[in-house]
Order: sequence, then C-alpha cells, then structure tokens
Amino acid sequence: MGIQSNVEVQTEWGIVSARQAGRNLAKEAGFSSVDQARIATAISELARNIYLYANNGEIIIEFLENENVSPPRRGIKITARDEGPGIDNIRNAMEDGYTTSGGLGAGLPGVKRLMDEFDIDSRSGVGTEITAIKWLR
Amino acid sequence: MRIPILKLHKYLLISVQVELDDQTALQFQEDLLNKIHQEGSLGVVIDLTSVEMIDSYIAKVLGDVVDMSNLMGAKVVLTGIQPAVAITLIDMGIMLHEVPTALDLEQGLEKLQQELED
Repeated sequence: MGIQSNVEVQTEWGIVSARQAGRNLAKEAGFSSVDQARIATAISELARNIYLYANNGEIIIEFLENENVSPPRRGIKITARDEGPGIDNIRNAMEDGYTTSGGLGAGLPGVKRLMDEFDIDSRSGVGTEITAIKWLR
Repeated sequence: MRIPILKLHKYLLISVQVELDDQTALQFQEDLLNKIHQEGSLGVVIDLTSVEMIDSYIAKVLGDVVDMSNLMGAKVVLTGIQPAVAITLIDMGIMLHEVPTALDLEQGLEKLQQELED
C-alpha cells in the first residue's frame, strides 16, 4: 500500500480535513479505534499549530512499511511542514502547559505522547517540520 | 454549522452529532450561553457519544463553556465520552478535573438533579 495523503492547511477547515484523512488512513492500515483517535488527535494538534503560527502549510500522512526488520513493521507517518516563523524555543514548546496562544499548552508534548516517534526541525524565520510515527502493534 | 440545543423543562440537552471544527465549537459556546440566559435553565447535559476525537482546542472550549455556564448559575454535565476519547485526552495530559461527567444522558440528568438538590 503506497497510500499517501497531502492536505493543505490554510483555514480551520484544513485542520478538519487533515485529521479526517489521517483517521481514514489509520483505519485502512488496521489501527485500533483508540490508535485511530490518537493519530487523528495528533494530526489535529499539528495542523492547528500550522494554522495558528504559520498561517499555512501542509500535513502529509503516509503509510510506512519497513521490511528490513523481522517481522516487518508497518505504521503511519505524519509530516507537518510550514514556512512560518519557526519555533524560538523548542524546549519551552515541548513543556506541558506552555502556550503562546492562550491554549492549554498540551499540543506538542501531547503529540509526542500520542505517537511512538517524534522529531522537530525548526529554524527561526525559515519554518518548521515535525514528523511523528505510530507503529502498528 | 450549528449544534441544536433542546429544552426540557428547566434543563437544556445537547447531543453533539457533527465533527467539531473550531468555528462550530465557538458558535456552540455562544449559542448555549444565550439559551441558558433566555430560558433561565438550571442545568445542561452535553452528550458526546458521537464525538470520535477531542483535541486540546476542543477540550479547552468544552472546559470553558462549563466554567462560563457555572458563572451564569447553570450546572453542566458532559456525558458519553467514548473510551478512545478518554484515553487520548489523558495521553495528552488533559484532565478536565472540575468538569462533572456521567456515562450517558440518563445518568447525566440524574447527576444534575442531585447537584441541584444539594
């Protein structure tokens, strides 16, 4: 299955479309309903960050298959990419309860806990790319 | 998109049946407070049985609407939170500590009745 889904995030509707695409792909990949909710929620948080801080960007959701390990591992990878202002202080952004938008400050640390792998690459004035993977158990 | 708010005696009942986008959630917040004001409602049950995902933003809007309703003098109970939603919220570190909840609409109404009698 080489399925991939790209969703532009420019409006609040982009947030909804991205998480729906993620849930559909997660369902197709055979994730449990709890993991489907985790993946959809993680996408929603990442898409909202794009909308709030960078105005626009994209969410890429792809199916992963790693056959180099035994048994082969399958999962879903989310990439959130924008050319926004970048995250000034990643350590702050990863702290529970830290927010610059009046939200709960649960977004990024939440995504990290919802997913199995998590990585941020952000450069001030250049943009941010966050990747997160959930493996099928 | 607007979420219908039903009146039942001194209560308001809401069953959220749509995918909650930000705008719909905020509109709902405003509609509910206006309806409480208009009807002089004492209690509100918001049923979330059909909601498949609550992210931090929607959680904040829901928590806020509970606090706002309390300020006005109406008690709110959230009901029917799905297992996957409860697990995801706790994973995220969102506790909704002071928000009264119940398993379903029926128990939600009972809880309201108890709280209003105290």
